[in-house]
Amino acid sequence: MIKGLKSFFSKFRKLFKKKKKIKLGLYGPPNGGKTTLANRICKDWLGEEDAMGKASNIAHETREIQIKEQVVIKSKGRELIFNLVDTPGIATKIDYEDFIKAGMKQKEAKSRAKEATKGVIDAIKWLDEMDAVVVVLDSTKDPYSQVNITIIGNLQARDIPVLLVGNKIDLKKSDIKKVEAAFPQYAVVGISAKTGSNIESLYDGLFKLVK
Amino acid sequence: MMVSSNLSNKSMVKKVQKKKGGSLLTLQFIPYAEIESLSSSERIEKLLSIVKADKIVLLEGRLRSHEEAELIRSTMEQIDQKFKGIELSVIDPEEKKIKSITKIIRSSVLNLLLGNRKGFTIIGPANVVKEIKQDPDKIQLFTETGGKKR
Repeated sequence: MIKGLKSFFSKFRKLFKKKKKIKLGLYGPPNGGKTTLANRICKDWLGEEDAMGKASNIAHETREIQIKEQVVIKSKGRELIFNLVDTPGIATKIDYEDFIKAGMKQKEAKSRAKEATKGVIDAIKWLDEMDAVVVVLDSTKDPYSQVNITIIGNLQARDIPVLLVGNKIDLKKSDIKKVEAAFPQYAVVGISAKTGSNIESLYDGLFKLVK
Repeated sequence: MMVSSNLSNKSMVKKVQKKKGGSLLTLQFIPYAEIESLSSSERIEKLLSIVKADKIVLLEGRLRSHEEAELIRSTMEQIDQKFKGIELSVIDPEEKKIKSITKIIRSSVLNLLLGNRKGFTIIGPANVVKEIKQDPDKIQLFTETGGKKR
């Protein structure tokens, strides 16, 4: 865990030295809490509510890449500037009937499914554009999914620094240890983007990179 | 339940048929040699064409990590009212020895250019395979007929 953190911070520090502004991507499977985290960051540092769009319990609420430019995080005289990129959740299947089951009308469900497929395609295309990525996982779910492995494998192949976030620690079923056990070489930060619980750890982690 | 198999063009096709209800589950084995000489796009096209015919692919070895991402991207491009996507899982017997997913990922990256014959990749059509669960000791394919998982 400590080794993983050091490795991530070391890569990240070099990145910040080379560039003043980076693209920080939020990646992960659907419903992990990427948009909730993006909104939390924008609320905490820009004072904007729902700046990156609304979050939902229905999967694929975010179907287009959302970018918030010039996010500035300040602390103790230091500052980080980055473009925050919220991406649609990556999935291997999308069935419009699932949206109907969630209460949508057929036309709306089909339209959402079509947009969701385009969103996944865009998210994969944007992998090459990222300077660093926070992978947001739902800590109440099994982390051993092929989608998670594929995302992280592709980031590693591109030598993009990765920080893992185990989200939803406010829920009873949350199991951060399971996420850490699945990815022991990566830094894992347990947070609740919804309540803001332990969010300072995420910000602290980012600041350590630019010492 | 009826199981039959035959050899077709190097790849083995196994058919599992329930006597009652008539639902047919076909498992097609693809040896790595069959995709080795193909380009990434040809590999993906081949695998997806089998899956889109409602067959479950059992591929010897694994795809390169960028090919896995491409497989997902191509799948998304081809989704329509009939084809709902895929279920994907990679099984590597070496995983037990090295334990962590990170090491597995690292191993995958090392095989980026060389390809990897170790383990198996299962790709199933999402309308047939609802979920693939990996347990340390077993692999479970959940299929769905008549609204019930089995």
